[in-house]
Amino acid sequence: MSQALLPTLLNLLLRAFVVLLLPPLIPGLITKIKAWMAGRSGPPVLQLYYDLAKLAQKQAVFSRTTTWVFLAGPVGTVAALLVASLLIPLGHTAPLLAFEGDVILFAYLLGLGRFLTVLSALDTGSAFEGMGAAREVSFSALAEPALFFGFAALARATGSLSLTPMLQSHGMWTAGHLSGPLMLILAGWGIVFLAENSRIPVDDPNTHLELTMIHEVMVLDHSGRPLALILYGASLKLVVLGALLVDPLLPVLSKGWLNGLAFLGGLGLLAVVVGVVESTTARFRMNKVPQFLVAGVLASAFAFLLLLV
Amino acid sequence: MRLYLLSLLLAACSGIPGLFLRRRGAEVSAGLMTVSALLGLGAAVGVLAGGPVPSLRLPALALGSPSLLVLDAVAAWFLIPVLLLAACGAWYGVRYWEEAHGHPRWVRLVFGGLTAALVLLVAAAHTWLFLLAWEAMAIGAFLLVLTEDRLAEARRAAWIYLVSTHTGTLCLFGAFALLAGVAGTWDLGALPRGFAASRLGTQTFLLFMVGFGLKAGVMPLHIWLPPAHAAAPSHVSSLMSGVLIKMGILGMVRLITWIPDPPLWWGALFLGLGGVSGILGVAFALGQHDLKRLLAYHSIENIGIILLGLGLGLVGKSTGQPALEALGFAGALLHVLNHSLFKGLLFLAGGAVVHATGTRNLEQLGGLAKAMPWTSGAFLAGSWAICGLPPLNGFVSEWFIYLGAFRAMAGARWPWSVGVLAALALIGALALACFAKAYGTVFLGTPRTAAAAAAHEAPRAMLLPMGVLAGACGLIGVFPMAVAPALDRAIAGLGEALPASSRLAHLPLVTVLALTLALLALGLTRWVWAGRRSEPVPPELPTWDCGYAEALPRAQYTASSFAEGLVTGARWVLFPKVQGPQVQGPFPEPTRFESHVPDPVLDRALEPAFRLGARGLVLLHFFQTGQLPVYLLYVLLTLLFLLIWMVV
Repeated sequence: MSQALLPTLLNLLLRAFVVLLLPPLIPGLITKIKAWMAGRSGPPVLQLYYDLAKLAQKQAVFSRTTTWVFLAGPVGTVAALLVASLLIPLGHTAPLLAFEGDVILFAYLLGLGRFLTVLSALDTGSAFEGMGAAREVSFSALAEPALFFGFAALARATGSLSLTPMLQSHGMWTAGHLSGPLMLILAGWGIVFLAENSRIPVDDPNTHLELTMIHEVMVLDHSGRPLALILYGASLKLVVLGALLVDPLLPVLSKGWLNGLAFLGGLGLLAVVVGVVESTTARFRMNKVPQFLVAGVLASAFAFLLLLV
Repeated sequence: MRLYLLSLLLAACSGIPGLFLRRRGAEVSAGLMTVSALLGLGAAVGVLAGGPVPSLRLPALALGSPSLLVLDAVAAWFLIPVLLLAACGAWYGVRYWEEAHGHPRWVRLVFGGLTAALVLLVAAAHTWLFLLAWEAMAIGAFLLVLTEDRLAEARRAAWIYLVSTHTGTLCLFGAFALLAGVAGTWDLGALPRGFAASRLGTQTFLLFMVGFGLKAGVMPLHIWLPPAHAAAPSHVSSLMSGVLIKMGILGMVRLITWIPDPPLWWGALFLGLGGVSGILGVAFALGQHDLKRLLAYHSIENIGIILLGLGLGLVGKSTGQPALEALGFAGALLHVLNHSLFKGLLFLAGGAVVHATGTRNLEQLGGLAKAMPWTSGAFLAGSWAICGLPPLNGFVSEWFIYLGAFRAMAGARWPWSVGVLAALALIGALALACFAKAYGTVFLGTPRTAAAAAAHEAPRAMLLPMGVLAGACGLIGVFPMAVAPALDRAIAGLGEALPASSRLAHLPLVTVLALTLALLALGLTRWVWAGRRSEPVPPELPTWDCGYAEALPRAQYTASSFAEGLVTGARWVLFPKVQGPQVQGPFPEPTRFESHVPDPVLDRALEPAFRLGARGLVLLHFFQTGQLPVYLLYVLLTLLFLLIWMVV
């Protein structure tokens, strides 16, 4: 009993750390990589922690147009993402809950966050935020099938309907005929990852022109603690969706804590890759974004087709 | 059986006292309807809890079959939404449809009659009784759609409904006649093995699909649904969308119980129709500006989801996978109940908006959440549930169907169900977009017109039914275990030895996660509020909007512009009509922009076809001389022709 207790405790600690403390580091890392690529020194890696601490002290300003729905956006998004993070395995460590069909719950929890964010943007009655909301729902209608085709392919390859066996399928790389589909799935999900986290080339969080934004323009009017929740939620989403990309790539290591470390390393690597992608590509014109997302749908659909053969 | 019959009688008579009472007639009829609902729900719960199945039989073998009414588990399952929505609708109608709107007494009388027809229909076990109740339901709904008969729109909607429902009934007459020829009795019951695969079985099946599909609003046959739902009073729309169209599904479910060995293509047809209805239903909903038409297209979408569930179940039945069967049928039947609850709720809340502002046009609303907080909350709950978002009830039933589709696909048994997965994912994402549009333009932002600015909260008699339905949505969503045993009894008749759906899906974990979600949301809200309390109240400020402070309400994103990206993206199936402005010269004239998405079948195919047909029929004027001898000549010629045909 005591032998089993320690790994479980360690696992819980790792999970609490990854979900609650680690996320703001990832955007900091990405920014740092981008700064280095551009030859600048850039803001400190911990900048988002400072921002969050500052925002938690700040007074929130509410427009007289808004209702309680305005608050439901940030609160609901973070709550939904935290529940989703219970379901996802971090590397080859066990998640808190794994059951048949948790993939669907996971995807719909992300949908819940999106729904509430969109409504809280519309609550301001601002044309800019309505525009962002319209773009968000349009593009996610294409991202959703890409995500589900990927799940379907993994379910078929692993014969399981739960996230944990699906993602901890390291054996797929060693079985030669499965590595092709897995690469396609990861390519499709990579596109979903970039789109859902509003990264270049789909969206640019740092642009100065609101007309060209998607996610950032939806949260223009939030301030103080609600804004802190939004920023933390965005970084948590990077980790939660990042786990989808990182988990299948990790090797199985002998010790539990090594697996945890490997996951952290994988996340760091993902941040570096995103930083490099953002530095070397330009943002697409808005009407090219659907084509990019359709490419994601096709990649995961092809992965499924390959598994049929 | 006594409870059920008493409930039937009370529902049928609920409108009668109101005809003679000078005051409080509406309350009396709503009260009678409530008593009827309580009695009927008692009977239904008794059956679903495992009690004996009550039935009404004739003493002798008259009328071709002894049994008239059997309240089995399927009937009880469908009876629950019927009575719940009827009682909620009756109370809602007390204040919603007052003298000012016209004919309130007759609306109550027919509403009671329609409810009684529905109550009778779910338990009908005799072909004639089934068709009688079916026709009574159709006529009742026709009269209710026609309530505002001074409006041309209502007359047209009622006319289209009457034509399509009678087309459907005609198909049912044919199908039941074929069935009776096989079974040798008018009793509705199990059919012999091998019948489904025979040629006669195919014909019967197709006739049933057209008849029931017309009532359910399956995609190419949905033509009556959007205009009728838009024209009827909202509590009637709620009953129609929540329950009446489900009677088509009831028919299909009954058909599945009679057939022990459906061919695989039946399931494939269900899946194909379900996918088309689901995706196109929500896609056309995105293009609508009329709140109630939008909700009507969503009914088509949800019928699609139910058909996907039934189709998966049928595939499971044909290929011998009991787990798939249980998941598909359980998902479909649970979605029947869930859709009644949240769509009933949405129509009631939408009706409250119409009641308060006098318009159904999304572009003329906005900012109602401030004036109508409770209605706004009810509409949000309905939107939340219909998008299938946890932790409300829409998620649970879609989850069953997803699980079935994953199961069918995972084990190399039926990979095509990946289409179901993709369709459900796309439907979910589009429904989310559509309800963000509907809720956002109606309730959020600032009022776009004076009518919207002057809106008032609905009276309590209208809010209470919405509260009941929203509560039911939350209850099933958070505690799906509570309905799982009843659901298992309801699907038991659809296949042989089905495993319990609660054992296939981890329902208690849904409860755990839903409660976790609620606790987290509560904690975070407290944290945000704690930050607010410690400081002086900030002054009332306008939306910052990048410095465009005090932007005009007209500058807000409208419903059309919100959906523009998706509608344009799907123009190869929606064919939106856009009348764009021609801006020319340095000082262009003021101009108009209009866009609208007509119905593909009614507006684009049937109307032109009928108009052409009517023009063709003018040629027959040549034969109509108006002289009696000529007509007698026609009779003689026809007789001669028939004589020759019969002899030769």
